[in-house]
Parts: sequence; C-alpha cells; structure tokens
Amino acid sequence: TLWGGRRGRHAACRLVRQASAYAEAAMSFTFASPTQVFFKGANVWQVDVPTLTGAFSILAAHVPTLQVLRPGRVMVHAEDGTTTKYFVSSGSLTVNAESSLQLLAEEAVTPDMLDLGAAKANLEKAQAARAEKQIRTEANEALAKALE
Amino acid sequence: ASQNTGITVQNMATLKDITKRLKSTKNIQKIIKSMKMVAAAKYARAERELKPARVYGIGSLVLYEKADIKVPEEKKKHLLIGVSSDRRLCGAIHFSVAKQMKSEVATFTVAGKEIMIVGIGNKVRGILHRTHSDQFLVTFKEVGRKPPTFGDASVIALELLHSGYEFDEVSIIFNRFRSVISYKTEEKPIFSLNTIASASSMSIYSDIDADVLQNCQEYNLANIIYYSLKESTTSEQSARMTAMDNTSKNASEMIDKLTQTFNCTRQAIITKELIEIISGAAKKLLLHCLNY
Repeated sequence: TLWGGRRGRHAACRLVRQASAYAEAAMSFTFASPTQVFFKGANVWQVDVPTLTGAFSILAAHVPTLQVLRPGRVMVHAEDGTTTKYFVSSGSLTVNAESSLQLLAEEAVTPDMLDLGAAKANLEKAQAARAEKQIRTEANEALAKALE
Repeated sequence: ASQNTGITVQNMATLKDITKRLKSTKNIQKIIKSMKMVAAAKYARAERELKPARVYGIGSLVLYEKADIKVPEEKKKHLLIGVSSDRRLCGAIHFSVAKQMKSEVATFTVAGKEIMIVGIGNKVRGILHRTHSDQFLVTFKEVGRKPPTFGDASVIALELLHSGYEFDEVSIIFNRFRSVISYKTEEKPIFSLNTIASASSMSIYSDIDADVLQNCQEYNLANIIYYSLKESTTSEQSARMTAMDNTSKNASEMIDKLTQTFNCTRQAIITKELIEIISGAAKKLLLHCLNY
C-alpha cells in the first residue's frame, strides 16, 4: 500500500492503527543488521519500510512478498503501542505466508546516532558533484551529436 | 681415576643437556600460555559478535526454509566455498573443512557435474593444493588476523559474482560453533537466481520482478558468507584456546618428567662421587694398615 506524503502517512497510520486494534493480529518481526539485533520474533502491529517500489506499511496478513530496501526511515509499531524509528541504508524485506517478517538491513541506526548538520553538509556536496556531472554529460552529448 | 673422571664428565654433560631442555621447555610453555590468553580474548569478542550475526544469518535463510526450495537435479555448475583462515595451531579446524570439501568434490565429479572451489583463507588452499589446484577459482588471503566484517563478506560475494564462472548452485562449508569445546563442520546451500525463480512455492510471493529477485539473491550471498565467517572465526578461536591449553598441560608434564630426571641424575652423580671418595679413602687406609 502506497501512502502519499508524510501527512498522508500519519493520518493513514492513525486510521490503520484503529483498524488493527479491531483486527488484533500481530506479526512475528525480526529486524537485524550484521552487527545488531533490534527485534527477534517480536510481536508488532505494523512496520513501515522504504523500498525501491515505494514506502510500504506492512500489517498482519499482508500478502507474502520480497522487497529491496532503499535508504529511509523504518517505523515499528509494537504490540504495546510504542513506536520506534530507525534509519536503514539498504537491505531486504521478506514477508512470509504465516505473517512473519524479516527485515535485514545492511546498516541500521536509531535517529540519535545521526547528525543532521553532517547529513546536510554531505547532501550539499553530493548535489554540487551531481550538477558538475550533469554539465559534463550534457556538454559531451552535444559534442558527440555535433560531430556525427 | 681417569676412568672415573670419564664417567663423571659424561654425567655432567647429561646434566647440562637436561638443564637446557628444561629451560627451553619452560620458555615454550610461557609462550603457549600467552597464546592461549590471546585466543581466549579473541574468542570472547568473536562469541559476542556471533550472537547478532546468528539472528541475521538465520533470518537470511528463512526464505529458503519457508519456500522449501530444493536443488533441481539437472543443475550442472557448482561452486564450493570452504571457510578457514590463514593461521595455524587451531586443532583440526582447517583439516575438517578440507576433508568435507574433498568428499563433496569427489561426489560431484562422479556424478559428472562441474565444480569449482573457492578458499577463504590460505590453509584450506594449502591442504587441497596438491590434488585440486586446477579446480580453485579464487582464494582469499589475510583472513583471521582481524574479526570478519560485513564489508569482507561483500568483497567476497562481489568477487564471486564477477568471477566469470556462471555457477548454478553455491554451497558453503564452514565450522559452526557449538560450544567452547565443540564445533561442527557443516554445509549450507545458497540457491541461485534461477533455482529460486523457478521454484513453484515462490509463486505465493507477490510483487517480485527479476531485478528485485537478483538484488535479494546477491544480498543473500553476502549475508550467508558473513554468517559463515562469523561462525568459523568463533570456532577457530575456541579450538585454538583448547589446543594451546592441551599443549600447555603436555608441556607441564614434560617439565615434571625432566625435573625428575634432572634430580635423579644429580643424585647419581653425588652418589658416584661419594663412592669414589670412600673407595679412595678405604684404599689409603688398607695400604696404611698393610705397611704396618
């Protein structure tokens, strides 16, 4: 299920949480990186994951699927009502037939481990590099076309 | 008298030899004990890091179990990865992996399938070099000095995927850690893209296109290699600890025996000297009495 935008996601989450309170089904959730285990067979209501095909909200009885993660935020809504946020770099998500979920991330951290300032600085540098690359690509394309 | 001196000189030389041996054995025992301490420290860290790695590795294998994927019979090209390391003095770690690899290669060759070997760590290559050198696809060195990371597993996985050898199936043989005193050499399969895609039980998984599947497969290869590296290094450190412990005990026994021999020899020398003195004195007394 694709949710448009952050607001939409929050609103939808609230609705979904109400719905799941009636559904009363939890999933067995395993979330780990090579060096750290966050959840192991824990019971959760819902997990939001960023994948290459969009942001998914996985609930119990979700159709089995395999997904590739992209860098983004993972939100875990546990059985006791708490929500925890993580940031993942990459990895895979497996939803199995009997409502078990394996989220394997290459790197996963809690938001307190990340520095907003450093991230913004890196973003600016990366954008500058991208602009440079684009200029070069366009110039060379034009050259190649002109010489053909 | 000269004859006596000859015997005494021989005994003294033996005593010197024993002293030398005793000293060197004691030195070696110190070295072995320090090796055991180092192995114990490395083992403690390896076991700590194994805990999350196990959850991660078992999580990666869940898909294979749930989907109940089996290797189809007509698959021809096989890749066998043996996980060991570069360092010695760890008991039968390298040998048990190499032994299982040998029997696997034999089975596959008999069945007419093509199989290539990959060695992680120099030791397994050393053991198999004479008989299987032409079947080695690649060997990875510098394994064992530092704890393995996911980065290492990624490098290995990438190298295998770009090796040019289009394998159908991968198997990985490693030492699974059971306890401080025991490990078990096991083999885990890593199914190829084609096998998974064509497995009938995979049809229940929706939303899978070829790209996603390939991505997941390559990631899984790295995951399982990482898991086997972590298990292997823990087994190796615990085996080294045990081996050094046993060697140190043997050295203690040797030292005890040598010390006993040393004392016996020393007492024998003293006794001989006493006999000399007494016999010399008795002779003198006899002569003295006879003169009178």
